[in-house]
Amino acid sequence: MVVIHVIVTALLGAGIFFTLVGSIGLLRFPDFYTRLHATGKCDTLGGGLLILGTMVYHLFQYPETLLVPAKLAFLIFFIFIANPTATHALMKSAYKTGVEPWHLGEKRR
Amino acid sequence: MRLKDKGSGILLTFIIMAVFWILLSGLFDTFHLISGLVCCALVAILSHDLLVKGKSEKGILKSLRLLIYIPWELWQIVLANVDVAYRVLHPRMPIDPRIIEFETELRGEFSLVTLANSITLTPGTITISVEPEKGKFRVHAIAKEPADALLVDQTMQRKIAHVFMETGV
Repeated sequence: MVVIHVIVTALLGAGIFFTLVGSIGLLRFPDFYTRLHATGKCDTLGGGLLILGTMVYHLFQYPETLLVPAKLAFLIFFIFIANPTATHALMKSAYKTGVEPWHLGEKRR
Repeated sequence: MRLKDKGSGILLTFIIMAVFWILLSGLFDTFHLISGLVCCALVAILSHDLLVKGKSEKGILKSLRLLIYIPWELWQIVLANVDVAYRVLHPRMPIDPRIIEFETELRGEFSLVTLANSITLTPGTITISVEPEKGKFRVHAIAKEPADALLVDQTMQRKIAHVFMETGV
């Protein structure tokens, strides 16, 4: 049981780390496009790892209800499809409405 | 032949929806199973063309190749996150954003969507727009190296062309 707890803690810890990095990137990066790099990627893996952690925990703590991990697996699947699509949609609309991309050496906005 | 395609489309839709119903409802008594399956059958007959559009050759082989492609893509996602974490946490923020354009030989709807989403999830690049007629991609890269990975190496384009059996780049 201890091994499972270590694995679950590692997964949740990694998930929290990547979500935190995404938030820090959102604050530090200079413009809209680079901020999307931070949030779009880190939220996908961070959220996925958090859900995977709860999945493993549930699987070994309550093995009699296999339906809950199955539902969580669906959740991961849909996040991994929806997140890049949403990031791409934001990026495209920003580009079409003429948001100027930041280049090296410019002042941050 | 057309009738057969329609039948397999209905069957595939029915199977997918039945699996979803059984997994998500969690009710295994006779009443709920039968009423769920009847509803699945009705919806599958009425609107199967929304999910399974047209026929595709060698669909099974393509799905198998997609299954092999997915673990590689997952590993790329992990690399992408480590890359972003490095750039975010580095005191001097080593970024040099640029917008690049390139053309691919890919034309299929599904392969273009897969490539666009894969670009967004892999290190340092996000798809801005795709022109399906010319296979032209406009991509925002956060630094020079990820841009070169798409323009020069073209590993991902080749992998996706292999998965969907379209002419490689």
